[in-house]
Amino acid sequence: MSDDVFILGINMTKFGKHPDKDTTDLGAEAALAALDDGGVTIRDIDVIGAGNLLGGPGGFGQMLQKQIGQTGVPVYNVQNACATGATALRTAIMAIKAGEAQMGLAVGVEKLSGAGLLAGGTAKDDDGTWTPSGRYGAITGTDGRIGTVTMPGTFAQIGMQYLHEHAYSGAEFELFARISQKNHAHSTLNPLATYTEELSLEQIMGDFMVAYPNTRPMCSANCDGAAAAVVVSGEKLRTLSAEQQARAVKVRASVLTSDPWAEGCQVLPDVNTLTRRAAAQAYEAAGVGPEDLDLVELHDCFATAELVHYDNLGLCEPGGAVDFFESGAPYRDGSTPVNVSGGLQSKGHPVSATGIANIWEVCHHLRGEAGPRQIEGARLGLAHVIGLGSACGVHILEAPAAA
Amino acid sequence: MTRIPIVDYLVLEPEPHLRAHECTHCGARYFGRRNACASCGGRSFTDTDVATEGEVEAFTIVSFAAPGIPVPFVAAIVDCDGTTVQGNLLEVEPSPEHVHLGMKVRLATASLGEDANGDEGITFGFAPIDQGSAS
Repeated sequence: MSDDVFILGINMTKFGKHPDKDTTDLGAEAALAALDDGGVTIRDIDVIGAGNLLGGPGGFGQMLQKQIGQTGVPVYNVQNACATGATALRTAIMAIKAGEAQMGLAVGVEKLSGAGLLAGGTAKDDDGTWTPSGRYGAITGTDGRIGTVTMPGTFAQIGMQYLHEHAYSGAEFELFARISQKNHAHSTLNPLATYTEELSLEQIMGDFMVAYPNTRPMCSANCDGAAAAVVVSGEKLRTLSAEQQARAVKVRASVLTSDPWAEGCQVLPDVNTLTRRAAAQAYEAAGVGPEDLDLVELHDCFATAELVHYDNLGLCEPGGAVDFFESGAPYRDGSTPVNVSGGLQSKGHPVSATGIANIWEVCHHLRGEAGPRQIEGARLGLAHVIGLGSACGVHILEAPAAA
Repeated sequence: MTRIPIVDYLVLEPEPHLRAHECTHCGARYFGRRNACASCGGRSFTDTDVATEGEVEAFTIVSFAAPGIPVPFVAAIVDCDGTTVQGNLLEVEPSPEHVHLGMKVRLATASLGEDANGDEGITFGFAPIDQGSAS
C-alpha cells in the first residue's frame, strides 16, 4: 500500500491586478512562498508540475526554474482548462505515489486582468462566399448563431437545465443571485480576494446581464494570480522537523476525471457526471462521506454552476440542491460551509491558479490559520475544480493531528 | 441562387430538418464529422433524421457576444425526442417573460443573407409552437 502524501507548504498570491508583474513573477512569488511555508528550498524538490494557459509559447515551468532554481529535475508543463492547477498538483502527487519523487512542487499561474470574455468564438473571416469548412461544414462562425459556447451562457444553461430536471417553479434569477450574494458576503473576510465588497441582492440583480440569469457579479472575475504547493511523501515528512510535521495537511484523496460520454454531452458540456464520479472516487479513497466535511471550496465559475455542484458533490440529497441552499447549509455559519473564500465570483479566477488556490483555502482552515474567516475546528475539507471540456479535480484534505 | 445551410447537419430539402450521425452499434447520435464513436468506440455510422419538434430543457439570454452577433439573443438546449440539439430561439422576444423551461418548439430557418455569388446562407433555430393556432 502506497504511503500517504502531505501538503507541506502552500501559498496563493493576492488575486487582482498585477500590472507590474509578469506570469513568471507571479508564479515565482507563489512558488518561493510555498517553499518558505514548508521550510524547504528548491533544492529539496524532486519534480515540478507547472500549470499555465495564456502565458504564451515556451514551457512556463522552465521559465519559473530560471528564476527560482535550475536544479535539473523533471518539469511537467500541464494544461487542463480551469482544472490546470489541480492537474499540476496531481502530477506532483502521482510522482510521489509512484515512488519517483519524495517532494514535489506544483505551481499554477494566470494573467487574466482585462481578458474579457473567454472562449467565445468570433465570426469566421469572410472571403465573400458561403463556403463550408471544418468538422461541421460551417459556412460562418456558429457561436451566437447556433446557440452559445461562451462560458457565461454555457454555465447559465447548465444551471437552468438542473432547475428544469427537478421541476423548479420558483424565481430562478433571484435564486442564483442569492447564491452569488452569499459568496460576495463571504469575500469580505478574505484579504486576498479580488473583490471584497458585500453586495445586496438588488445590486447583483441590477448589474449588467451577461447571460441570463448570470449578471456580471455572478460571473467569475478575470484577474491575475498564482498559487503553489509543496507536496511530500509520508516517509520524507517523518524526517522533517516537528514544526513542519505539525502543519502538514494530509491528502486523503486526489482524483482527476474526464467526462464520460453521455447523450447530449457534445452539445452542452456535461459537468455533472465527471464531478459525481470524481467525488465518489474521492470519498471512497478517503473513507469519508460528504457529511464529514467541515468546509468545501467548489468551482463556482458562475452562480449557476455552484447550485449543480451541491448535488454533484453529494452535499445534498439527489435533486435537493435548491433545498440545500435554502436551508442555509452552504453559508459560513451553516452545516457545510461552501466557498468561504468568496468563491471565484469574488475571489477571482486566474484559471491555472484556481485549482491550487482552492486547496490553499482549505489548508488555511485545516491549519487553523484562516484568521477572521476561520471555520472553527475544521478537520476535513474538500476542494473541487472543473475545467470545461472537461476535467474535474477533487481533493480531500485532513487537518494535521496537532492542530 | 442556391441556398446553403449554415452547417452540414442542417438539411433544407424537402423540408428543413437536422441530420445526425448515428452509431450503428450503440445508437449514440452526433453532429459533425466523426472519427469513431465516443460512447462505444464503434466506427460505423448511419445518417438519421432528428425530430423537428422538441422541448426547451435549458436556455440563456446572451447579451455579450462575438462581434457581428446581434444581442440579446436566446440560446437554448432542445430535447428533440431524445436527441439533444443546440440552437437559438427564433420568433420570440429575448426576455425571461417570453421564454420558459419546458416550452415546446419547432425547427425554423432564417436567412443569413446572400454571398458574393448571390447564394443565400440559411441558419436554423427553434420557434415556439403556438398552441392556440395548432388547428
